[in-house]
Amino acid sequence: MDLASAKMIGAGLACIALVGAGVGIGNVFASLISAVARNPAAQPQVQPFAFLGFALAEATGLFGLAIAFLILFVF
Amino acid sequence: MALELHPLEQFKVEPLIPLHIGGLDVSYTNASLFMTIAVVLITALLVLGTKRGALVPGRWQSVAEMSYEFVADMVDTNAGHGAEPYFPFVFTLFMFVLFSNFLGLIPYSFTVTSQIIVTFALAAAVFIGVTIIGFIKHGAHFLRLFVPEGVPMVLLLLLVPIEILSYFIRPFTLSIRLFANMLAGHTMLAIFGGFAASVGLLAILPVALDVAILALEVLVAALQAYVFAILTCLYLRDALHLH
Repeated sequence: MDLASAKMIGAGLACIALVGAGVGIGNVFASLISAVARNPAAQPQVQPFAFLGFALAEATGLFGLAIAFLILFVF
Repeated sequence: MALELHPLEQFKVEPLIPLHIGGLDVSYTNASLFMTIAVVLITALLVLGTKRGALVPGRWQSVAEMSYEFVADMVDTNAGHGAEPYFPFVFTLFMFVLFSNFLGLIPYSFTVTSQIIVTFALAAAVFIGVTIIGFIKHGAHFLRLFVPEGVPMVLLLLLVPIEILSYFIRPFTLSIRLFANMLAGHTMLAIFGGFAASVGLLAILPVALDVAILALEVLVAALQAYVFAILTCLYLRDALHLH
């Protein structure tokens, strides 16, 4: 296998990391919705944590995406 | 692949005023320029905004007051009692990251926070500072942080190394989180921009996608500044109150 095709495959594999980010973000907002549906009064207290969780979950996926970009455009 | 993409060119640091002192390259670069702009803008907002000090705030004054109150509230609720002396540091950190992120969203500008060395320097300052505060406050007792309470002896053998590792990995996760978000977001924008340049009339699709991503990036820019500041508060809480 030559280097160019190996890079393409590697970048594709690195993007699998986004599966986890998708599951994580979905989980965060699903929990937020069910929490707020059960107790609407709690919304101001739980919403900041939901966005914190969203940002943390999204970041892990972006690590993989950043690796994919680095493979494709730097090395 | 026919199209020529150079999406990482936007992150290139170029010297504007070359400057060498004793073999050290201390050139004034485009990164330094945008850091200067961020600091000048923050100073202008806070100093000019609160100069009149009106009882009923105008537009600028209420923006300045809102950012102050937002961070003060964040430090109060997340860093716990006794964290007030560290509020100026957290506020500076938050405003600098926020303004750097937002300045980077302007087309043809430079994103300072997309440079790993910048975010790592900020995170290392937080990490070293918090560790020093912990040791000053608690002395050797600070090491209790690595020993969870009410855990059987056998489990401690496993848990203590994990706690120590998770403590020392903090500056890396803190810096890479911000850096990767900025890098990935801006690279995506550039890639879809590159698509638009090469597909003729169909360009409307990548441009529309770019607009959507830019909207997400505005959210991410604010959110990552918030996350950076709130994690600093949580680390500070560990140092001040141990658990």
